[in-house]
Amino acid sequence: MVGQHSWRQARVVALFVGPSLLGLVLFTLGPLLASLGISLTSWDLLTPPQFVGLSNFAELLGSADIRDALLHTLIYIAIYLPVVLVLGLLLAILLNRPLRGLQFYRTAFFMPVVSSWVAVSLMWKWLLNPAFGLVNYLLGLVHLPQPGWWADPHWALPAVIIASIWKDLGFVMVLLLAGLQNIGRQYYEAARVDGAGAWSRFLHITIPLLSPSIFFVVVISLINSFQVFDQVWIMTGGGPGGASSVLVEQIVQNAFSYSRMGYASALSWLLFAIIFGITALQFSMQKRWVTYD
Amino acid sequence: MTSSNLDQVVPGQAGVTAPAGTARTFALSRSARFRAPGWLIARRSILHLVLIALALTMLFPFFWTVSASLKGDEAVLATPPQLLSIPAHWENFAAVMQTIPFWQLLFNSLLVAAVTTILQLLTCSMAAYAFARLRFRGRGPLFLVYLATLMVPAQVTYTPLFIFMRLLGLTNTYAGLILPGITSVFGVFLLRQFFLTIPRELEEAAFLDGASHWTVYWRIILPLSRPGLAALAIFSFMASWNSFLWPLLIVNDPQIMTLPLGLSTLQGQYTTAWNQLMAGTVLSIIPIVIVYILAQRQFVEGLALSGLKA
Repeated sequence: MVGQHSWRQARVVALFVGPSLLGLVLFTLGPLLASLGISLTSWDLLTPPQFVGLSNFAELLGSADIRDALLHTLIYIAIYLPVVLVLGLLLAILLNRPLRGLQFYRTAFFMPVVSSWVAVSLMWKWLLNPAFGLVNYLLGLVHLPQPGWWADPHWALPAVIIASIWKDLGFVMVLLLAGLQNIGRQYYEAARVDGAGAWSRFLHITIPLLSPSIFFVVVISLINSFQVFDQVWIMTGGGPGGASSVLVEQIVQNAFSYSRMGYASALSWLLFAIIFGITALQFSMQKRWVTYD
Repeated sequence: MTSSNLDQVVPGQAGVTAPAGTARTFALSRSARFRAPGWLIARRSILHLVLIALALTMLFPFFWTVSASLKGDEAVLATPPQLLSIPAHWENFAAVMQTIPFWQLLFNSLLVAAVTTILQLLTCSMAAYAFARLRFRGRGPLFLVYLATLMVPAQVTYTPLFIFMRLLGLTNTYAGLILPGITSVFGVFLLRQFFLTIPRELEEAAFLDGASHWTVYWRIILPLSRPGLAALAIFSFMASWNSFLWPLLIVNDPQIMTLPLGLSTLQGQYTTAWNQLMAGTVLSIIPIVIVYILAQRQFVEGLALSGLKA
């Protein structure tokens, strides 16, 4: 009887977990391990793969292209993340009250979030067109320098960052707004009774009680930032001359333009290791600043 | 890193509390009709002015895109730029539709996004049911494997996945576009968290009546989880609709391309025809904006639901 029972139970489990597990193994875990295997080879897809040990990893650690791509990603994060966090928080605070027209405002800030990266990139490529773009026309009106944006090595990355901030602002705002709405009124009323000013209430109530939401936004944003690709590919193609090249763009170039499957796989494992490491680091540090009530 | 640590940001932790908070705000905004003192009215007016200015700034790039899409070949490059040029050049849209098979692309995008969404709803909710309700050996470790997979960037899998798909002869097919998105670890988490908030009394009564797990899952759990399922559906649909890199790798036949990919090919062909490029951009945005406006509350509440810790 017991055996029969556990056999039935196993069938039920297999039925429920099976489809998802099969998808996970075939399309995520399998390729992930295959990628590790391929990273130890030299393979152009035309001739059989050659085992080369760790030489792909050695090559990418010494590569100036990869160092630059990493550097660009770090610059991207250093500008994008603080700006999108501060602006998103400001917007969330402005919207966190009974307001007529809330729906209109939310729609306005959320429209870029639902648009595709390809569409957003093309829109900003037009706005930031060096010769005919509106932004440069307006800059000219107030006698500011008119950068070459995506056509200029110094301004290609800033152009990508501007478009990214505009697209993601509404997303960050909605997450933080939901966090704000979860903070109980009683905290603010108690603080008011104690005579705390607006700034002090913001610093000692809003920020600590919002810290789980901020933590979530930071974790997600960092993961996404290391995977930046679409906007770079459309706006600059990683150029001019590699000036806005990023890690995923390097993976795609190496795998699909240069047919270096082994090297691209090694590179993608580097990306995985970075994302894993940074996320783990954030979780280990969260106790220092994230408050869960 | 322990699993309890990770649980704290696992999407969906909020359970049912997030929409309640949002709903509270809606209720307040309607009932706030008390006699306000003058200074409060002044403060509120300033707030609205600031918000309107910010909202219009955010919307301006959309306006500028539409404006460019309706300009003639010379007007679009004119200095100073005109806000609007009259008459409108609708022929830009016709020209774009001739260059890219727009209706075919629209159909492809809809098909791929719809099938992906349905498959993910099914596979994720079934696995979530197992993790939330079934007891089996290895459940804990298996769940940890799912957790760890959350941190695998999709791009790591793309090179082998491309080779695998090519081996199966699935390049330039709908199956090649759809299969990698057949399930979502994020979706399993979202729904598991949701299922855990559902009281067990109903199921226990059903089991006493001799119901199977499948009946309980299909007739009790799923109907009670509409907000969670709606949130996941919106995520899956939007992610699939807007995805670019995987379609770029797996498809180069214009008849199989999705909208973003088709749009990106316009760029190569029209390095200078900005009015037509913007017409294509407008065409690609319209469908998802319609979906957004129809399902606005589910969109925002689903996002809040997934991104929140109660």
